[in-house]
Amino acid sequence: MPAGTGAAGKRLLQSILIPFAVLALWEGLSRAGVINPLILPSPSKVVIRWWAYLKPFQSYDPAQGPYLSWLVSGELLHDAAASLFRVFVGFFIGGGLGLGLGLLMGVSNTVYRLMNPLVQILRPIPPIAFIPLAILWFGLGNPPAFFLISLGAFFPILLNTIAGVRNVDSIYVRAARNLGAKGSVMFRRVILPAAAPHILTGVRVGYGVSFIVVIVAEMIAVNSGLGYRILEAREFFWPDKIIAGMITIGVIGLGIDTALNRLSNHLLRWHRSLESS
Amino acid sequence: MSAPQILAEAVNKVFRSPDGQEVVALRDIELAVEPGEFVCLLGPSGCGKSTLLNAIAGFSLPTSGRLVANGRAVVEPGPDRAMVFQEYALFPWMTVAKNVAFGLEIKGEPKETIDRKVGDLLQLLSLSEFANSFPKDLSGGMRQRVAIARVLALDSPILLMDEPFGALDALTRRNLQDEVLRIWTEFKKTILFVTHGIEESIYLADRVVVMTYRPGTVKTVVPITLRRPRDTASPEFNDIKRHLTDLVMEEQRRHEEDEIRKG
Repeated sequence: MPAGTGAAGKRLLQSILIPFAVLALWEGLSRAGVINPLILPSPSKVVIRWWAYLKPFQSYDPAQGPYLSWLVSGELLHDAAASLFRVFVGFFIGGGLGLGLGLLMGVSNTVYRLMNPLVQILRPIPPIAFIPLAILWFGLGNPPAFFLISLGAFFPILLNTIAGVRNVDSIYVRAARNLGAKGSVMFRRVILPAAAPHILTGVRVGYGVSFIVVIVAEMIAVNSGLGYRILEAREFFWPDKIIAGMITIGVIGLGIDTALNRLSNHLLRWHRSLESS
Repeated sequence: MSAPQILAEAVNKVFRSPDGQEVVALRDIELAVEPGEFVCLLGPSGCGKSTLLNAIAGFSLPTSGRLVANGRAVVEPGPDRAMVFQEYALFPWMTVAKNVAFGLEIKGEPKETIDRKVGDLLQLLSLSEFANSFPKDLSGGMRQRVAIARVLALDSPILLMDEPFGALDALTRRNLQDEVLRIWTEFKKTILFVTHGIEESIYLADRVVVMTYRPGTVKTVVPITLRRPRDTASPEFNDIKRHLTDLVMEEQRRHEEDEIRKG
């Protein structure tokens, strides 16, 4: 359909127009000397710095090891790997506990009544407010970072899981009981899938909070990772590297969120709200 | 004489409304449904017909009285009293075939048996080409076909149907009524069918049990002896329809007066 591709081309043009204009203006102002490069370096400088940050530090030397390990020996890849490692460990600890406790609190009114007051008291405290305690309890390095990221993932997944399980439409439970379902079959085949849309929302929100917390935790408690690197760059007055690091954080965040979104859409392909998409 | 398939003796059901008042939903219900019989419960909203069905299904047991199904006292829900709901109640996360297979999987039947039975049932209800569809992609009529296939898989002697076609358009409804009659004849089921459709009850039932509005009691039992397939335009059909309409409208007026009194 030529009309369709034309419309698609127009939409693409519309969506890149403003970003390109901003970049062009920024580059122009920097080159004209209007902006102090120590405050805001030009986009081209940022790109050059980003490439230097990404590429291996030394030139390839076969005596040092295989080509592939040389290829990924750049600083950026090490930082990104360190940050992602922390996010995943923290996310799985916090998310796992949140899911487990959420399912219990959703299924059992007794557990809900026992645990809910404590949850409500702790929930509004931002994970970042736990930084002093985290350092007091766990010292510096990965442990306090894991703790803080876990907290970030824990509450969104907990609260959404509780809501998901408690809001399962009773008609599904009645139909399943009529078909003879009880106990673990009822839980695995009916309650859990019926609560899945809520739970997956919690996973996405929890991941988003984890990713914020990892950057903050790295600025304070550890000396590796993307958060640490952009703070270090400020001490050296390297604004181009700060921005290069920020862009890297943005790209990784977007990439993982897109992947989670795809996964969620696939798992919920049966869901009504996806009918039109 | 053989024992009834479903028996209700002196069944009472009292609810407590949120403001603390007692509402008598069912009072002294006596009902015996014989094996292979097709009985409709007919009445306006609030006459307790769904309450009685839910009690027999085991979802909400009576306050007093005795309920027996398949020779056993009713104490909990079970697959020996398969139920078709007005809202279809299909599991949206399961495909059509999985929905139909679910009851058999719970019973722990071997996979080959399940596959064969599910294939047969989907064919019986003209659903074969939708085996791998999700419920959201089906029309209301098709969804209710899946719900019927799902309960037929249970091989229950009793089918409880709670206004199953209430949300469907007239043509789809007639189509599914014929389908239910075909299944009833072929599988010799005992069917208890709740409806507020007067014509629907005469078209389907051997006996129509008319219920009163609050408290729900059995007002009259009208046997329908017309030969099937029944002609809804025949004079005999319309004589019964007139009679039943008078009976139901008395209760409907009491229902409306009650609504007005409550404001």
